[in-house]
Amino acid sequence: MSRNPLRPARFDDLGLRRAFGDRMLPLLVAAMAFLAALALAGAVGVRALAAHWQEGAGSALTVQVPRPAAQENGQTRLDRALGVLRDSQGVTSARALSEGELAGLLAPWLGNGAEPLSIPLPGVIAVRLAPGAPDPEQLASRLTAAVPGTLTESHGMWVRRLGLLTDSLQACAWLALAVVAAVAAAVVAIATRAGLAARREAIEIVHGLGATDGYIARRFAGRTTGMAAAGGLLGALAALPVLLTLARLAAPFAAARPAGLADPSGLGLLAALPGPLWLVLPALPLATAAIGFLTAQGTVRRWLRRLP
Amino acid sequence: MVRLESVGLQYRPAGASRPGPEVLHGLSFAVPEGGFRWLLGASGAGKSSLLRLLHLAVRPTSGRLTVMGTEVSHAMRRTLPALRRRIGMVFQDFRLLAHLSVYDNVALPLRIGGRPEGQIRADVTAMLRWVGLEKTARSRPTELSGGEQQRVAIARAVVNRPDLLLADEPTGNLDDAQAERLMVLLNELNRLGTTVIVATHNDALVARHPGAALRLANGRLLADE
Repeated sequence: MSRNPLRPARFDDLGLRRAFGDRMLPLLVAAMAFLAALALAGAVGVRALAAHWQEGAGSALTVQVPRPAAQENGQTRLDRALGVLRDSQGVTSARALSEGELAGLLAPWLGNGAEPLSIPLPGVIAVRLAPGAPDPEQLASRLTAAVPGTLTESHGMWVRRLGLLTDSLQACAWLALAVVAAVAAAVVAIATRAGLAARREAIEIVHGLGATDGYIARRFAGRTTGMAAAGGLLGALAALPVLLTLARLAAPFAAARPAGLADPSGLGLLAALPGPLWLVLPALPLATAAIGFLTAQGTVRRWLRRLP
Repeated sequence: MVRLESVGLQYRPAGASRPGPEVLHGLSFAVPEGGFRWLLGASGAGKSSLLRLLHLAVRPTSGRLTVMGTEVSHAMRRTLPALRRRIGMVFQDFRLLAHLSVYDNVALPLRIGGRPEGQIRADVTAMLRWVGLEKTARSRPTELSGGEQQRVAIARAVVNRPDLLLADEPTGNLDDAQAERLMVLLNELNRLGTTVIVATHNDALVARHPGAALRLANGRLLADE
């Protein structure tokens, strides 16, 4: 910086460079930004997992038909159930599992030779529902009316429970984010108040010379905004390795991206991070800067009201 | 320019719910535009409080105070800064900013007023030359003697060519020659149209420069002569 006092590079009439001389504010804001990054990553991750699960299981339905081969009205019970399902609205496919597939499903419990045990196996129909299909309960009651004894197992209930869980987790993440933002604002307000108290005399002099509240608030806000932005940047950078590690751990559960596309640009680990986080992380310094600016402006203007 | 009608002032101590004792009682007087007034009275008579009122650093707790056409008691708070920029004030304790150079202290009112830097440089340099401090432009106020600091305070008060100039014991740290120079400056500003009010104990100075005087005692106006 120029030492020439006749042309000050940045005129510091309130002496704020001294009042905010410590490095506490950027460090505290960096800690807040770090926590905010984790909360945001939680929200983004939970949402991705929930979408993945719902896509897979939300629209599936399993129908068991006991004694599938028994004839009723010239049709096997299995065929009647299939007929009912295919005539129902909102069913995109209904497919009876072959005996081989059934044996495969049961193999872990019954071993490879279910047949020799002579257990009567029910027929199993895998049903896929269109999004927004009517209530599976209605479908189940129509099935039991047509083919008594059928059991309809909706995966939807589990998906709903999972959905409730993921919604709650997301709400927690947003709540944590709101709390972190509030604490960051409080930290900025406390630092600003300390600055106001330390520079009280200078502020009164400048106020007496006819400076408006806006002039004084701008001086403080300019300085606070810079420090909060630096803190936000620091926090986001510190969170990056943690988030990359988490993303790598979560990758097997949310393999939304086909394996071949895992590394399209040769970015390696960086590509593992979900897309939304790439928007969120650069936004963190902007958000902390905005919090710093607005809080400092509000705090200074409120404080200045004590002067006439 | 300045009109007081039954103006009273009570300070409210910080954190106190009720105001403290009244320091000014029922002051009524007027100073016309371009007028000059000595403000006389013993210590504690209320001279500094009256100057604070006129400088809009406090608002009256009773009565009507009108400064440059604005009724201060009920004016919107945001109208006051523009009014303050038209008032120059020389404080008894100078109230210079210790972290700024002499140059920047004198430039402060112009910067607050948003003047272009080129004009600021010309005005501040001329002002510092006039008070004989052009050599100390880069010094900090704390490196200067009391008299020099007082001259910086005077330079800061008048660099803006104020319409109203208030001075609280402006010669307290000046030798006689410097005090005379200051009086020449104040008379010059007054002749150019600035309303000037000077509080002082310096009877010799008043005797050498006779003029209209407001005399205070115990917060009351004894004489407006």
